[in-house]
Amino acid sequence: MNNNSLWSDAIYRLSRNKAAMIGGFILIMLIILAALAPWIAPYSYSFQDLNLGASPPSADHLLGTDILGRDLLSRILYGARISLLVGFVATGVALVIGVTWGIVAGYIGGRVDSIMMRIVDVLYGLPFIIFIILLMVIFGRNLWLLFGAIGAVEWLTMARIVRGQVIGLKNQEFVMAARAMGVSNLSMFRKHLLPNILGPIAVYATLTIPQVMLLEGFLSFLGLGIQPPMSSWGTLIKDGVESMEEYSWLLIYPGITFTITLFALNFFGDGLRDALDPKTSDN
Amino acid sequence: MISIFFKRILLAIPVLFAVASITFFLIKIAPGGPFDADRAVSPQVLKNLNETYNLDASNWEQYVDYMSGLIQGDLGPSFRFPGRSVTEMIATGLPVTFELAFYAILIALLMGVFSGVLAALKRNTVLDFIPMAIAMIGICVPTFLMGPLLVLIFGINLELLPVSGWGQLPGDKILPSITLGFAYAAYIARLSRGGMLEVLNQDFIRTARAKGLTERMVVIKHAMQGGLIPVVSFLGPAIAGLLAGSFVVETIFQIPGLGRFYVEAAFNRDYTMILGTTIFFSAMIVFFNLMSDLAALWLNPRSRDAS
Repeated sequence: MNNNSLWSDAIYRLSRNKAAMIGGFILIMLIILAALAPWIAPYSYSFQDLNLGASPPSADHLLGTDILGRDLLSRILYGARISLLVGFVATGVALVIGVTWGIVAGYIGGRVDSIMMRIVDVLYGLPFIIFIILLMVIFGRNLWLLFGAIGAVEWLTMARIVRGQVIGLKNQEFVMAARAMGVSNLSMFRKHLLPNILGPIAVYATLTIPQVMLLEGFLSFLGLGIQPPMSSWGTLIKDGVESMEEYSWLLIYPGITFTITLFALNFFGDGLRDALDPKTSDN
Repeated sequence: MISIFFKRILLAIPVLFAVASITFFLIKIAPGGPFDADRAVSPQVLKNLNETYNLDASNWEQYVDYMSGLIQGDLGPSFRFPGRSVTEMIATGLPVTFELAFYAILIALLMGVFSGVLAALKRNTVLDFIPMAIAMIGICVPTFLMGPLLVLIFGINLELLPVSGWGQLPGDKILPSITLGFAYAAYIARLSRGGMLEVLNQDFIRTARAKGLTERMVVIKHAMQGGLIPVVSFLGPAIAGLLAGSFVVETIFQIPGLGRFYVEAAFNRDYTMILGTTIFFSAMIVFFNLMSDLAALWLNPRSRDAS
């Protein structure tokens, strides 16, 4: 049960997985580009050159401009900030709820566990996408509400995974020893349980990010997510679809960026899973 | 089996009741009345409208009223389309959405199971790698991008298929169905490959082969029954996903189905329509999840006996 060797083994295995490494590299590049967008973007995301209108890619505008003459490359870079932010923050929300729920249910067990898990089962069976739309309609299209709403939907699987792990740990000697020494529940969670389930949590978090980004894109595409003048990749794709007949680059470049990001996240997540849990790498 | 069935149905009723209640009160706390957008309404007209739709009554009275209507299948009048009831609108949109979802799931099952089983049988060959690479694309390219791209290629550039509509031009159902089905084909391909690989190593398959059965018999009669259980379990959640997908697909292709009605109702703040469709969708999804769970249970002899 040596934590260090588990992680160093995992990093070694991960470093030998080409698809995962390429995915990870793309992700790091994207995060850097998104963070530096205000400094490296050739134009502001809202700067309009109305004389230009929609123009195809050129030396001045590497990916062309949209109908209002805004530089597409700059808009994609700024859009990356929003899309990645939603991806990470909403996943963070899901993580906090799911991990807490799972640890409590798994560790306390008994009746509490069965009630908590029954709630998860019930929530699983509901069309949550509709509730997100409902919330956005009722409370207005607010970025923080979006984070919360998406996070509140995506925690269910995390809770199940964590609970399963905790039940496995609960009967091991070191947990029993800690309990015998009178460690409080809270520090049991923090010091003994949490560090031992970081692996599965990391894996599932990585795989949740692309789902969250898809959900944000979906909502923005329907016009229920990010509102102008802010733009995410979802809204860029939506704008691209509206003018794709004449100006196909407006759909294609944001689409390619979004797809590559999702690929990178999925490959990296799969790689991480294989590295941390070699048993499942078979399929 | 039967006791599980009844237990689940008994659980589903309070769940749906809770969904209906929560949605009802969420909509009641929404800022702004349903008629706020129509600026030119005089106080008298507004009063009449409120009377017609019983909006002057207390929330509790309205709730009891709505719930007793709900039990009889009456979801109230639409706020946006006077003279039409929500039940009526659901009844118009539902067949279209069902047809779309049916074609999509058919495409997904045919493509997914075929390529997944083939990939498992020809493991680590070209017939494994290529379908699985395509499946990865299907999982990573979102529906709202796949649809427009297919329209761009087959509708606008090649001019092979109509770009929108449903049942008006020959072939206009093809692109929406493929758009909606493709992502599920990808998931199903991966699930059936995984399931088949697991089953193919088991003893009863070796026995079947040792008996001298042809490979085709082994695969179809023995391996697929167990290997496809993950696919069956996936179908329930997939229906929920198809529903969300239908919002996008029906919007892109301008299909007059339930999904598009819902998105329009969300934009128009047609609260009764939102409320009615939310309850209806929830009921449908609870039902399909139940069906797919039961089918998966029934396919797995071990759980069949255990229950």
